[in-house]
Amino acid sequence: MATPVMNQEPGAAAAQTRTVTLGKSLNLGLRAAMEADPKVIVMGEDVGKLGGVFRITDGLQKDFGEQRVLDTPLAESGIVGTAVGLAIRGFRPVCEIQFDGFIFPAFDQIVSQVAKLHFRSQGKIKVPMVIRVPFGGGIGAVEHHSESPESYFAHTAGLKVVSCSNAVDAYWMIQQAIRCDDPVLFFEPKRRYYEKAELDVDATPDPLFASRVLRQGSAATLVSYGPSVKTCLESAVAAAEEGTELEVIDLRTLSPLDLTPVFESVRRTGHLVVVSEAPSESSLASEIAARVQEECFYSLEAPVLRVTGFDTPYPPSKLEEDFLPDLDRVLDAVDRSLGW
Amino acid sequence: MSSPEQWTHPEPGVGPAATAAAPTAEQVIAGLRATSEGGPELVQLLTPEGERVPNPEWDRYVADITADDLRGLYRDMVLTRRIDREGNALQRQGQLGIWVPLLGQEAAQIGAGRALKPQDMAFPSYREHGVAWCKDVAPSDLLGIFRGTDHGSWDPIAKRFHLYTIVIGNQVLNAAGYAMGQRFEGKVGDDDGEATMVFFGDGATSQGDVHEGFVWASVYDAPLVFFCQNNQWAISEPTERQSRLPLYQRARGYGFPGIRVDGNDVLATLAVSRWALSECRHGNGPVLIEAFTYRMDAHTTTDDPSRYRLTDELEAWKLKDPIERVRVHLVRHEQADKEFFDSVQAESDQLAAELREFCVNMPDPPKERIFSQVYEDGNPVLAAQRDTYLSYASGFEGGDH
Repeated sequence: MATPVMNQEPGAAAAQTRTVTLGKSLNLGLRAAMEADPKVIVMGEDVGKLGGVFRITDGLQKDFGEQRVLDTPLAESGIVGTAVGLAIRGFRPVCEIQFDGFIFPAFDQIVSQVAKLHFRSQGKIKVPMVIRVPFGGGIGAVEHHSESPESYFAHTAGLKVVSCSNAVDAYWMIQQAIRCDDPVLFFEPKRRYYEKAELDVDATPDPLFASRVLRQGSAATLVSYGPSVKTCLESAVAAAEEGTELEVIDLRTLSPLDLTPVFESVRRTGHLVVVSEAPSESSLASEIAARVQEECFYSLEAPVLRVTGFDTPYPPSKLEEDFLPDLDRVLDAVDRSLGW
Repeated sequence: MSSPEQWTHPEPGVGPAATAAAPTAEQVIAGLRATSEGGPELVQLLTPEGERVPNPEWDRYVADITADDLRGLYRDMVLTRRIDREGNALQRQGQLGIWVPLLGQEAAQIGAGRALKPQDMAFPSYREHGVAWCKDVAPSDLLGIFRGTDHGSWDPIAKRFHLYTIVIGNQVLNAAGYAMGQRFEGKVGDDDGEATMVFFGDGATSQGDVHEGFVWASVYDAPLVFFCQNNQWAISEPTERQSRLPLYQRARGYGFPGIRVDGNDVLATLAVSRWALSECRHGNGPVLIEAFTYRMDAHTTTDDPSRYRLTDELEAWKLKDPIERVRVHLVRHEQADKEFFDSVQAESDQLAAELREFCVNMPDPPKERIFSQVYEDGNPVLAAQRDTYLSYASGFEGGDH
């Protein structure tokens, strides 16, 4: 099993591991996928010569050429819409949307074509494409660069939606998403691009559409994904210092949801706090709360609580520390749940 | 007419661009619009009266068309119209939820469809029943969409005819990507090269996806023919609401040839489409064709054109009927006799009867179909939802509910 960084003892890494950032891990994963399958192509704004604004595609055009790493015209609907045609033709396009807030021009193509073509054609057309989206806040950016739009896509039948939280998962999950015959929205926690982990490229990865317990605990369960996973792990460390053991689950897959580990955990702890940067109204956090109360009604000792961004547009960045769930807000929710 | 510059250069003397599409005072008085006329650059080989007009630029692209071929094009159009009228009737009788008529656009679609080679891909909008016919899609396969039993039942890969796209303009980008793929695979460059043709209407030309398709296809030199059927009406909105310029002239701004053809002239549409596809398969794409035609029926069976256009306009276009001019030409040149016309008529009636028979016997899809093929690799959450619902629904079987 590819163990995520968080539980790894320093020095435990075997000789074949290397220390990589999450961003570099994605780069290595993309490279591995392109080497494995000549039909894999990368397309997006500035992904070629520049290597992407976050350098996730760094060096790929140099090594794979301009027909496999396409610096596209600047129009997101065009990127996704032409990728659909390329997928119909037999390619496996990996589209980069430069920032979360820029995905909306492509929303029509994603919802109307990417998501529905397999169903419309009853499987005669496959759309094996990946749409990579750096998402979430915390980088002090201007408007439209810090959003968490994942719930729109989890709500859309025909799409699969995943999010990695660490460098090890990033390496495997991007390759698994590219191999998947369904369209996958791949949300990358941009403020964690420079978080490091020990990567063993010979390890056997977890399945793509599986949640994972990252830290075990008996007092309450924290569920999160993407950038907030680290916040939850830090919260669990802080709580442990005060004698409260929190279980932390990384969802990894947002659609389909793999809530079996969550149900098992909640049946033991009786308390659940869901943590996400996205606004809470009609969100994944809300969906998880609903599903847990359906499945674990008699195990719950308190209502499911949500710690999320507020139901506002993303604020000016000087205020984002208040907007983003942090350790204190997570632990406050844990206290409220335990004190119910 | 030898360089792209000439293809797309607005004719001098037609006034400033802003008013080029506006009707003249005489046309307003007559209840007609400027778009009732195709303008001086309209490519036409067969007049509405069935006269074959020589054209040194375009004759070569249909020089091989024999009388037999022309009879074949006539038959295609008659059968297509018959399929269309039967679809309309089936809707009126409650057998279809809706029908999308192509009446009047037979020449545009058959001319384009017969120019396609087997290796060429086509991306239709939702009115391309004639192109479907040319791509060997069974007319009965079109019915499920409009009866509500499926969203398109033909095999789009095997037929090289993509499923109907209902969201206006989406398919233009999909086609651009497909054509890029043809080029990336090295399938362009000679007579055996591949090309793609995408169909859309005058209304779609306002969509961002169509403009982005123009950009993508041009900067990637994609072998893509943009086939715009300007049928003058986007439901109730005239072409003037979409563009100041004649639509074919837009191509110039994107750096590729644009040409306007008489979309009611099957021979001219065939010639221009053959040329455009040839350009593409040899690596000189993309190309924009504006087929100047007229939607003689409603937008769909839910529409009421009497609310927004005058019958005079329809009457004027009836005189340009795409089928009638071929019939007249065949008769005048003694290339077809009564026996031929009768046999085509009988064949079309037989086809319509078969279509009707098929339609009224179409079974409703099973409940499982709701959940079928949403994903290629499955989804356990959806599978559980399906099982729960089917179990619930089975409780009603045999009851009075």
